[in-house]
Amino acid sequence: MTAAGGIKADYMAQRRRRQMYSGLLLVIFAALLVSSFRLANDRNAGGFFEGLHRILDFPAELLTEAAQKIALTPANLARFLPALIETINIAAVSTLIGALLAMGLSLLSTRGLALWPRAIPLFRRMMDVMRAVPEVVIALVLIFILGGGPVPAMIAIAFHTTGALGKMFSEVNENADLRPVEGLASVGASWFQRMWLGVVPQVAPNYLSYALMRFEINVRASAILGFVGAGGIGYELKIAISWGQGRYDAAAAIFVLLFLTIVAIDQISGHYRNRLVEGR
Amino acid sequence: MAMTETGAALPGIRAGAEALIARKRLIALAVPAVVLVYLVYVVFAFDIPGLASRARMDNAATLVADSYSYKTHVERNNRSGEMTVAIEGERKGTYAADAWPDWVQRAPGGAVVDLGGGYRVTMGGDGAGEDAVRFEIPGYGTLTIVSAPSGVTLDTPDGTVPDWINASGTRVAVTTPAGRLTVTKARSEVFRYFFGWELFFFTLDSPFHGKSLATLADLALWGDRVRPGTSNIEAMASDFWNNQMWRHKDVAWALFETVLMAFLGTVSAAMIALPLAFLSARNFAPGLAVRFGVRRVFDFLRGVDALIWTIVLSRAFGPGPLTGSLAILLTDSGSFGKLFSEAIENIDERQVEGLRSTGAGALQRHRFGVIPQVAPVILSQLLYYLESNTRSATVIGAIVGGGIGLLLTQAMITQKDWEEVTYYIVLIVLVVMAMDSFSGWIRRRLIRG
Repeated sequence: MTAAGGIKADYMAQRRRRQMYSGLLLVIFAALLVSSFRLANDRNAGGFFEGLHRILDFPAELLTEAAQKIALTPANLARFLPALIETINIAAVSTLIGALLAMGLSLLSTRGLALWPRAIPLFRRMMDVMRAVPEVVIALVLIFILGGGPVPAMIAIAFHTTGALGKMFSEVNENADLRPVEGLASVGASWFQRMWLGVVPQVAPNYLSYALMRFEINVRASAILGFVGAGGIGYELKIAISWGQGRYDAAAAIFVLLFLTIVAIDQISGHYRNRLVEGR
Repeated sequence: MAMTETGAALPGIRAGAEALIARKRLIALAVPAVVLVYLVYVVFAFDIPGLASRARMDNAATLVADSYSYKTHVERNNRSGEMTVAIEGERKGTYAADAWPDWVQRAPGGAVVDLGGGYRVTMGGDGAGEDAVRFEIPGYGTLTIVSAPSGVTLDTPDGTVPDWINASGTRVAVTTPAGRLTVTKARSEVFRYFFGWELFFFTLDSPFHGKSLATLADLALWGDRVRPGTSNIEAMASDFWNNQMWRHKDVAWALFETVLMAFLGTVSAAMIALPLAFLSARNFAPGLAVRFGVRRVFDFLRGVDALIWTIVLSRAFGPGPLTGSLAILLTDSGSFGKLFSEAIENIDERQVEGLRSTGAGALQRHRFGVIPQVAPVILSQLLYYLESNTRSATVIGAIVGGGIGLLLTQAMITQKDWEEVTYYIVLIVLVVMAMDSFSGWIRRRLIRG
């Protein structure tokens, strides 16, 4: 009886301590959040509460102007379609190149599959660095060298994609069955043949699914890079906005195009990803 | 019976298998072909053949050279005869008149600049209204460049102009491995290149500039106070922190702002998305209409890209970290809402039922039946987004004007501070990698328990 009472008291004490710890953690967290909000607010040009009521001003201006010039909308949409296609092309090519490079790098950095097992840490570090470089950094440097246009954005996104997909791919590779690889090795297949015929068929659905997800991300990234000077719809948007009032119909048309494209690509890629994961 | 059935079906299976293999073979050939065709199309759509002519390889060379070296300008104003010695030609890096580096020697009406390896430039007036610059080049001879109000004339030892000299009536530019010389009517300038990032720690006006590490340690530990009233360590820290050339203080603040944007945006997005995710999860939605409505809100938030949110928000709040974090908040609320509601839909219902059987209320059921099950998913997504948003915050900063993204674009616009650009890039990569390992560390600790 007394033993049970002791256990209960112990349990309750432990529970109280745990509750106190999580309460403390919560207080610290809340304080951190509040102070970081206040700091961000102080360092911002306009404050949160002064700006809050103006948040809808710009969309409202945009929409009223677009509504007044509704007749121009189809022409605007058609005018910016080539830029939109360029943005999608940038995303597609960089995903493609990035995925191909990531495939090679990830195979080279997976234990059990690597061609040079000693170089695994080197390839891993390489992917870490590639993943850590924000696209905008490479894009801005390349714009200085190559001039504006889609190529800097393509290289920048492909570089980052290689790192990001490489990590995902190597996680997939680690779960691959090694028996086909050993079977191929026993008949004297080269490393490339072992990978292409023994590993890639196993991991292809997962690769594809990750690549599709990356494509969604890259469409957004390529629109953003356009805004800092690489080509595509982002660049057109920057120009349209700098024209200011009176030409907001163009900006509105670009917003609509961008929104519809992103939603459509998300939907399509989500559909195919589900099919790939479920295995049809 | 089984025998006959197999026997009858065998040709059919065989035909089916052959068709399957044929299809696979076709796909194996068609997919690379389609990819190749697409790449060829893109090569022309992006005008890659024309890239060679548009690419500015000289820009690339400056960029690369500038990122690991710096140049010191020795300039003579040909009108007044005044001399200036300055690092990168910047006012902040100008040497005091009595403290020139030892490779520049004062000479009547100018200076003698020793570029090393036998290369020597003598700048000076001859008192007759003409300013002569003599450039001694080992293995070649001495160039004499005279700049007069009427123009610039060049005399070479053999009378011909080699291709490393660019000469016209108003300007002569000489490029050698040891340094460059430019002479115009207004001024003569010598550029000498050095390896490294100069003035990274202390600028020229700091008493600690040019001291070796041992001297600095000596000063810091037991030297006399260089600046009365402050200890030497404090003075060093302050000189480093307030370095005008590299602006370590501003850079640290900018990096902090970028991380702040990511932290504030990601965490508040998760806090907003979690309750909404319950409303849009199949097993917890109070009604179909609510579920449909909330899902469309998520789709809208995600569909209106961070770019559009950034533009809209910067109109209301102006540039700064708050705008960036709000843009991250809005986009990621949509993403988190979708991810969290999927996690909630996939929970094990038995725990919730068990709680219900003990008479737990709705809030208690959520807190003790659902949250413990979805917490690992939520946490790992949150940490993943935190790392990814550190990168996004750099991009958003470049657009709205906040954080390290702003510094980066500013340094790039000047098109000469490439060593600063390199510095920022290295810092960004280090911060993102640090966030990556930090979030991985937390994930491992919290999820494994």
